[in-house]
Amino acid sequence: MSEAKLSLLEAVNLALHRAMREDDNVVVLGEDVGVNGGVFRATLGLREAFGFKRVIDTPLAETMIAGLAVGMAAQGLKPVMEIQFMGFIYPALDQLVSHASRLRNRTRGRLSCPMVLRTPMGAGIRAPEHHSESTEALFAHIPGLRVVIPSSPARAYGLLLAAIDDPDPVIFLEPTRLYRMNPQELADDGVRLPLDSCFTLREGSDLTLVSWGASVHETLQAAVQLEQRGVSAEVIDVACIKPLDLDTLEASVRKTGRCVIVHEAPKSCGVGAEIAASLYERALLDLQAPIQRVTAPDIPPPLYRLEQLYIPGVADILAACDTVLDYA
Amino acid sequence: MPDSLQLPYTRYLDPDGRLLGALPAWADDFDLLCRLYRQMVLTRLFDQKAVALQRTGRIGTYAPTIGQEAIGVAIGALMKPEDVLVPYYRDTAAQFMRGVRMEEILLYWGGDERGSAYADPAAAEDFPLCVPIATQALHACGVATAMKIRGEHRVAVTTCGDGATSKGDFLEALNVAGAWQLPVVFVVNNNQWAISVPRRIQCGAPTLAQKAIGAGFHGEQVDGNDILAVYERMQLALERARHGKGPVLLECLSYRLGDHTTADDATRYRSAEEVKQAWQEEPIKRLQAFLAAQGVWDEGREQALIGECQALVQQAVETFEAAGNQPAASVFDYVYAQWPAALAEQREAFRERVARRSAQSASPSSGAARHLLPQAGEGYQMRPPADSMEGQP
Repeated sequence: MSEAKLSLLEAVNLALHRAMREDDNVVVLGEDVGVNGGVFRATLGLREAFGFKRVIDTPLAETMIAGLAVGMAAQGLKPVMEIQFMGFIYPALDQLVSHASRLRNRTRGRLSCPMVLRTPMGAGIRAPEHHSESTEALFAHIPGLRVVIPSSPARAYGLLLAAIDDPDPVIFLEPTRLYRMNPQELADDGVRLPLDSCFTLREGSDLTLVSWGASVHETLQAAVQLEQRGVSAEVIDVACIKPLDLDTLEASVRKTGRCVIVHEAPKSCGVGAEIAASLYERALLDLQAPIQRVTAPDIPPPLYRLEQLYIPGVADILAACDTVLDYA
Repeated sequence: MPDSLQLPYTRYLDPDGRLLGALPAWADDFDLLCRLYRQMVLTRLFDQKAVALQRTGRIGTYAPTIGQEAIGVAIGALMKPEDVLVPYYRDTAAQFMRGVRMEEILLYWGGDERGSAYADPAAAEDFPLCVPIATQALHACGVATAMKIRGEHRVAVTTCGDGATSKGDFLEALNVAGAWQLPVVFVVNNNQWAISVPRRIQCGAPTLAQKAIGAGFHGEQVDGNDILAVYERMQLALERARHGKGPVLLECLSYRLGDHTTADDATRYRSAEEVKQAWQEEPIKRLQAFLAAQGVWDEGREQALIGECQALVQQAVETFEAAGNQPAASVFDYVYAQWPAALAEQREAFRERVARRSAQSASPSSGAARHLLPQAGEGYQMRPPADSMEGQP
């Protein structure tokens, strides 16, 4: 099979094509996903390939999309819904929290919800108001959901296929800032990636950098700069923030003794807080410095003129690294 | 009620069971009518028992069905096994006819998830009763979408109360059902009260049925206390949906004779006079009077039926009470298809919690609940009790 260079967006599209080819029960639904191929074109070509019964343009109503998916999934379909932007996901929360996440539990397994909700997340593309949200922690807090955030084309491909296979509801968050950045060679080999494992992107011995989503990009850049200064940084892409692969994080921190967590979401009650608390519970005596978090402040994402200040930058990450490296 | 849209309103029997006009041909089948009557009586006897079980602490909060038996029984009698019921929490009448067992409903309100596991294969695809108001209307549309995608001649039926029609979920469900002409029937059980809020201030439209018109499909009203009317219109609605002619909204006008739930006290917000009037129109007495006038019902059959139904309810109560608790560790078993390895630590911590608690309460349980045996010879209500206007024992 020839390998083409694909962007994260194209990798999502490739995975959707494969999933629909492999399983007739997979259906795609959402606003503008059919004829238009999605506002970002993530569903491009699906309508032509699989027809209007499996690639469904819905009325403009997010609660409805999520509620519909619950009913479809209970009937054995595997709905993959698209919410156009994470900022428009909130009307769907009731259906996700009250039903999708607990249908299996409340019926003792009689009914279940094998569904995927895909939505673009994050700031940095000069988008209008409400188009730059990173509220993954809301979903990670809900028992019964899985929350997955890819940060490369290959991980988007393998994780999305795994998410569609998964017998439970998966919130699949796609960082818009990475959609067209850094295409990489990718074979359409159908290989799934695990949904409850971190990905160690760089091995290192002096400190552990933990991130996910678009911030992985700046985190890797910071690691390169640290290397130039003779500091060996391990970089872990959490990728699956619910459930969290704490074992991998713990092992890394035990090894390096220092940890910086980077995420684009606001600081308070962000997933970084969960990770830091868990690492303190598990590895306090191996830590040689307090864990640092580099995040957005607790403010709404600014309109785009100031949004770059909202997003954690390489210099901010390096500053936090200096704090943990210099700690006595 | 004024009806500017002139939607159909169907009623065959007046409150005293007298015929108001010609009946459809199927209503000549007195065996069928007696079966419907039996289910209504069974539902009410169950309902009274459930309220009594709550009052004596053997189940938790319960939402009574009393006064709405005609609607549920018509639904349950007419749906085909391959159809899917997506109920709210006042639908025991329909659920029993779908194969849900009385002991399962008791288990559910008695605090046990097995009450929604529905052991009978006939109910295997039905949804469990839904508590968050109107959210279930969307599930029915999803079920109907799956049926339509697969080209099946099946129907999803969903129910809700009058209050639910104010919610966005309900309106979004109507909208998509109309846009896609889904095989779904929406049954609105307009029992006049959403807890303490009366129908007249719930919505400015003269009927709730007309909300269907805005969504591009047929809506109509029916006397929800007249099972002949509900049965006739429900039959046509199902047929229409089954044959690809789109959804129907059936607004059934009834009255919530009971409290909203056993945790509610309806005397706080509605008059004894109003409730007394509603009791004059209740559905069981109406069908009984009609059947008696046709010469197919009498006191002997009535007593035999009550005895039979009470025995069934009693049996269900005993099965419920013998069920025991689920194992503590089962709380993890169905959250995900498989409990994630990454969360194994939490399950382990829970096991330790369970062990700690059982060590604390090492004394054997006293079995004190066993003295609460049901009373023999309880009848069912067809009139308000003298000491309580709400019809609760």
